[in-house]
Amino acid sequence: MVKKVIKTFEIEYLQVMDTEGKVDESLMPKLSDEQITEMYETMVLCRTFDDKGFNMQRQGRIGTFIQFKGQEASQVGSAYALEEKDWMVPMYRSGAAMITRGFPLIMLYQYFSGDERGMKVPDNINMLPMAIPVGTQSPHVTGLAMASKIKGDGAVALGYTGDGGTSKGDFHDALNFAGVFKSPAIIICENNQFAISVHRKDQTHSETIAQKALAYGIPGIQVDGNDIFAVYKATKEAVDRARAGEGPTLIENYTYRRPDHSTSDDAKKYRSEEEVKEWAAKDPIDRLRKYMMNKGILDDAKNEEIISKAKEKVEKAVEEYEKVSEPDPEDIFKYTYAEMTPNLKEQLEDLKD
Amino acid sequence: MAKLTIVQAVNAALRNELAKDKSVVLMGEDIGVNGGVFRATDGLHADYPDRVLDTPLSEAGIISTAFGMAVNGIKVIPEIQFSGFMYGPMEHIYAHIARTRTRSRGRFNVPMVIRTPYGAGIRALDLHCESGEAIFTQTTGLKMVIPSSPYDAKGLLISAIRDPDPVIFYEPMRLYRALKEEVPDEEYTIPLGEANVVQEGSDLTVVSYGAALRDAIKAVSQTGYSAEIIDLRTVIPIDTETIINSVKKTGRCVIVHEAPKSCGLAAEIIARINEKCFFNLKSPPERVTGFDTAVPFAKLENYYLPNEKRIIKSLNKVMAQ
Repeated sequence: MVKKVIKTFEIEYLQVMDTEGKVDESLMPKLSDEQITEMYETMVLCRTFDDKGFNMQRQGRIGTFIQFKGQEASQVGSAYALEEKDWMVPMYRSGAAMITRGFPLIMLYQYFSGDERGMKVPDNINMLPMAIPVGTQSPHVTGLAMASKIKGDGAVALGYTGDGGTSKGDFHDALNFAGVFKSPAIIICENNQFAISVHRKDQTHSETIAQKALAYGIPGIQVDGNDIFAVYKATKEAVDRARAGEGPTLIENYTYRRPDHSTSDDAKKYRSEEEVKEWAAKDPIDRLRKYMMNKGILDDAKNEEIISKAKEKVEKAVEEYEKVSEPDPEDIFKYTYAEMTPNLKEQLEDLKD
Repeated sequence: MAKLTIVQAVNAALRNELAKDKSVVLMGEDIGVNGGVFRATDGLHADYPDRVLDTPLSEAGIISTAFGMAVNGIKVIPEIQFSGFMYGPMEHIYAHIARTRTRSRGRFNVPMVIRTPYGAGIRALDLHCESGEAIFTQTTGLKMVIPSSPYDAKGLLISAIRDPDPVIFYEPMRLYRALKEEVPDEEYTIPLGEANVVQEGSDLTVVSYGAALRDAIKAVSQTGYSAEIIDLRTVIPIDTETIINSVKKTGRCVIVHEAPKSCGLAAEIIARINEKCFFNLKSPPERVTGFDTAVPFAKLENYYLPNEKRIIKSLNKVMAQ
């Protein structure tokens, strides 16, 4: 009879920059001042877009809107680590990641106003339409990555899920298949502590989400999701490993959902405002701004310029969005099959009559 | 030309497409070295080890990863070992596979063929005998094919693989080895969405597909009626025109399928007959189907199946008026 420890594991946590914008230079990823500025500009643009979307919903100018406020570092930092040929799979709260990849702002407003024309991913972006059923998108990431591996096109696939999404069987399938087929997939779990009202501690008894990777024989890491340098570094390393044929990674971006689940939700029912305030103090944009100011990459004048440029872009998108023509009812039928079936042709004729 | 069974014809179609198109990939449980539990993929892994993939045992995992592969340029042909296990992946089929063309406004096709054996009559275990086609008929964006012969199985499967839309390919388990016929060695296609008039006739129209079609043919042969027998072959979309033209001629119709009665394919076909040629009818159409129950175990399954006795009863009934 033998009783002994046959395996022990460790899970790393990564923070490069603290809430005051101070960085540990030994951990700092390789990024030029221009790249850091670009990341900051993108985060500011995303925040401006997000705030505007919320206000427009309250004014009745768009429908139910999903905010990502507070998760900009988690999304911009990870999407920034991708190359153009790589695939990205967003979910409904991934607006900042989508914007980082060049998804037009106007189309997101269209989407949230019930206009399906906002869902077409532009031809030059390798991205799926945002997933709505929680968690289904993770194995799609694995599949996209498996295809790239088979084709040998050198692309990787990265997708987002939430802490709630890790409860689904799809999360297991995604990591299990990715591990078995060593597919170049990166699953980012934005652990924002809430799945609508249910707290992260009630989704899983695991101490971290990152440690779930170990069960699949793949690397997992928890990072400070409000630290864009940590997010970028962890993602870039995962992307590099995937591209080099070393397989998938699970990254847990530890962050917080500051807005309500959607504009139809009221989070006051299930969490304290103090908690939200505590997390607002860890704001990812403030943190990067402090770093850049300290470093001399940014000053007040340049900052104002970045903010007003973002406002200009968002206002222009809103202006265009409000001028968009009504969609054609024929659109309902057009895309169901590559070629319309006789049955659909008949139903379309009925509609036109 | 060789005489093949349906399972051999399926294998021949898969082999043809693997050889022809490097983007064709097969995946599923036990389909590799083992060649599939029914041997539909026998020998394919030996010749295409990188494109015939044994997967972990998760139907949802197979179909969800296959979806990602299909979007990224792979013509993926996942196998679900028995159609009764299609419901784990159903969220992916419904929300993504069938819908991504619409959701992406035509940016992405999802060119995949989900192959799965269906139906009762081989004394299989619980949940290994279902006919779930009606579940997919309301999953808009899918096509669905159900062959009834080796020749059709090869031609329809090649068409399904080359089709840009997602196709569920239901293989009649009961017929896998029940009949052999001449199947050309070379490739050929049979268009999706076109029914086959198996036999022309003037007294009545019999519409069926898959394994049940064989029972319908046998039943008709035991009567003296001149029956026009239509094999739907594709159940999504239904070839309405062929059915209506026939019913206009005969004025009588019996529809035979193994799936449960209520809201099954037969109900839809009768609705279309009512819409398009009600006044040509000489008698109310009949449907001979499975019951609105679970498929019974082996000892009772022959009562559940639309057997010859039940079909003949309906043929006589429509001819009585």
